[in-house]
Amino acid sequence: MYKLLLAWRYLRTRYIALASIISVTLGVATLIVVNSVMAGFTQEMHQRLHAILSDVVVECYNLNGMPDPDWHMHEIRQVAGDQIEGMTAVVHVPAMLTFKHRGRSFNRQVNLIGIDAETYADVSDFRQYLLHPANQQLLTFALHEDGYAPERADFPVSGWKHRRMKAELEQQMEEERRRAEELQAALHGGRAAESAVAESASMPRDPNVITPPADPNSSVMPADPNGAVASATGGTVFDPNHEQHTGLIVGIAVCSVRGRDAETGDVRDYYYLRPGDDVQITFPNASEDQPKAVSDFFTVVDFYESKMSEYDSTFVFVPLDQLQQMRGMIDPLSGVASVTSIQIKLKPGVDLNEVRDKLRERFPAELFPYQIQTWRDMQGPLLAAVRLETTILNILLFLIIAVAGFGILATFFMIVVEKTRDIGILKALGAPSSGVMSIFLSYGVSLGAVGSGVGAVLGLLFVAFINEIASCLELVTGEPVFDPAVYYFQEIPTVVDPLTVVWVAAGAVFIAVMASVLPAVRAARLHPVEALRYE
Amino acid sequence: MSSTIETPALQPTRVRQRDAARSPEAGGRHATSPQVNPLMSATKLMKSYRKGKLVIPVLRGVDFSINPGEFLAIVGQSGSGKSTLLHLLATLDAPDAGEIFFHGDRIDDLPSRSRDILRNRYFGMIFQFYHLLPELSTLENVLAPRMIAEGFLRYRLNRKKHVERAKELLEMVGLSHRLTHKPRELSGGEMQRTAIARALIADPQLLLADEPTGNLDSKTGREILDLLRTLNAQQNLTIVMVTHDNAIAREADRTVRLVEGLVERL
Repeated sequence: MYKLLLAWRYLRTRYIALASIISVTLGVATLIVVNSVMAGFTQEMHQRLHAILSDVVVECYNLNGMPDPDWHMHEIRQVAGDQIEGMTAVVHVPAMLTFKHRGRSFNRQVNLIGIDAETYADVSDFRQYLLHPANQQLLTFALHEDGYAPERADFPVSGWKHRRMKAELEQQMEEERRRAEELQAALHGGRAAESAVAESASMPRDPNVITPPADPNSSVMPADPNGAVASATGGTVFDPNHEQHTGLIVGIAVCSVRGRDAETGDVRDYYYLRPGDDVQITFPNASEDQPKAVSDFFTVVDFYESKMSEYDSTFVFVPLDQLQQMRGMIDPLSGVASVTSIQIKLKPGVDLNEVRDKLRERFPAELFPYQIQTWRDMQGPLLAAVRLETTILNILLFLIIAVAGFGILATFFMIVVEKTRDIGILKALGAPSSGVMSIFLSYGVSLGAVGSGVGAVLGLLFVAFINEIASCLELVTGEPVFDPAVYYFQEIPTVVDPLTVVWVAAGAVFIAVMASVLPAVRAARLHPVEALRYE
Repeated sequence: MSSTIETPALQPTRVRQRDAARSPEAGGRHATSPQVNPLMSATKLMKSYRKGKLVIPVLRGVDFSINPGEFLAIVGQSGSGKSTLLHLLATLDAPDAGEIFFHGDRIDDLPSRSRDILRNRYFGMIFQFYHLLPELSTLENVLAPRMIAEGFLRYRLNRKKHVERAKELLEMVGLSHRLTHKPRELSGGEMQRTAIARALIADPQLLLADEPTGNLDSKTGREILDLLRTLNAQQNLTIVMVTHDNAIAREADRTVRLVEGLVERL
């Protein structure tokens, strides 16, 4: 009883001891903040990586792909049918994206991915990264009228609205040019008709024209006199007002740059392309003996923003069957199509590596030139780096708490010296050495508990209001703390793992106790007579 | 005034004649009545201290005994070893040679836990510098031996009883109005009274007082001494008091004089 009472009184009357545990408090708070932010980053990254990568990928070593994905899927189901939730076939091919912006031509290297709009969403969270709300529900590869990225105020006018405006502008410019040429022709005579024909031939043509179902104008399209005239002459004249090429989803960073506004300092994106623009993509065909680059026109129907810069700046999605056709991946005799990879999503809780190993056994590398990897394998180095960073930070911060432990040790020694006479009194009154020791041990425990408790509360509060704190710091220092231009997150992501908090707090208490053991033992060993004589 | 935790073997034999005890000559009477079992006795106590390589003998074979109900004064010059003797009797320190008996049982070689219990329940101690715990109030200081004796739960259970007893004792020493004061807010006399109340909370059989008036002015010292004498007379409390002051020693029933570590009989 006296132990608790005295430990409590010592705690109440010796604020210097509280000062000595401020470092514990700060250490605990920092550890919790760092762990939460790191866990937030990691989780966000995991989610994004995983969302894009599906669980297991069977990838053909050959760019020309593996024939008959249905047979492969059948075989995969044979091997691990009960563990599989969904599968989709995909064609990956390196490609070059060409587009015009303000009269200049831009070339970008991209990763062209042919996806099956229906099944691709089964294996990854692809759709939720699209900007148009309708595409997030159901992906159609058709251009929408408007309403892209409704949550972004500065997103430029897109969709059919933008497409018609642009077409009108081009038409006006065309007419302007034609008038100028007519004037010229009137001067030179005779050659005007020829140039007009050449002009119309240079207009983009596409055999895979898709009529937009969402556009009310499209119903009148067949009655369009231009279209009728064009088909009469043997080809389709493409009308950008009502028609689109094959739909294309572009990674947002492929065609935009992010920077700060020079005047206001706000983060701003500048888009070289928007949904509704036409682009040209050049990619290798799947010929066995004479690979050649082929190119085709596409219409951007949406942007893709996963906030993983690696993906956002290279990925371009097109419909799988169109890409297979363009690349010549469909066998003309049997009609069997090829794909370059099969992505598999497993049921929750299934061991990824187990399924991967089963598949590797079924498709041995000597017979099947496939690479079978889990998403963790594919992003292994990145994940490992983050893990290492977290571990090292934890070690360093725990060292800080250990240093604080030495502070406690010194303070406690001082208190034991100061309390020497009290210890003598207690012993004279019949308190056993163990009792005297437990006074100082429980003193240490309560100091540690207070220190780490306050630290945990501070840390959790900091984590809860981390974005507010960051913007406050921004106001005070004038420097951006968390620059969305650098990170692709709008806010600092945090995840509080209760177990981590408990461990950190318990570790700090443990260190405080360890630091109080030595002084407590010393107190217990004091000779009562000498302690009583102590002045 | 017997405690409930006393074992029958340690039950003091209370033979006492109050009137006789008051006179200084009574000391001789006790010494010449060997049929009375002494409450505490010591034989050939030796104790020396080391100062570097030098060994300083403090006690050089002290024989000592006190009968139940006696008020004994140990007097001597500074450095004569009287405080050391008191510490040995209180089992705060162990003698280099010699034996100490309490109720005829040897106590100087007991394990430390048993000696702790002895100090806690059978001896009460008061000191020249009062030795109160500065963090505790008067009442808490008085209760401290009880808190030490009992674990958290048992103390909680008995708390009411203990507090009542402590208040009773504080009232007896005239401090009932100072229950919640901290020692630093008390005068020297008040602190010593608190220490006396603390020494009595466990209903001890023996009160060991180390220069109880040494730090007080003569008037306050007088009051403390009167209090001790009242306790001795009314409650039959056996008291061993160490002092360097012959005038104070005269208040006791019997005096033992220590000279250079040896007993000089008066």
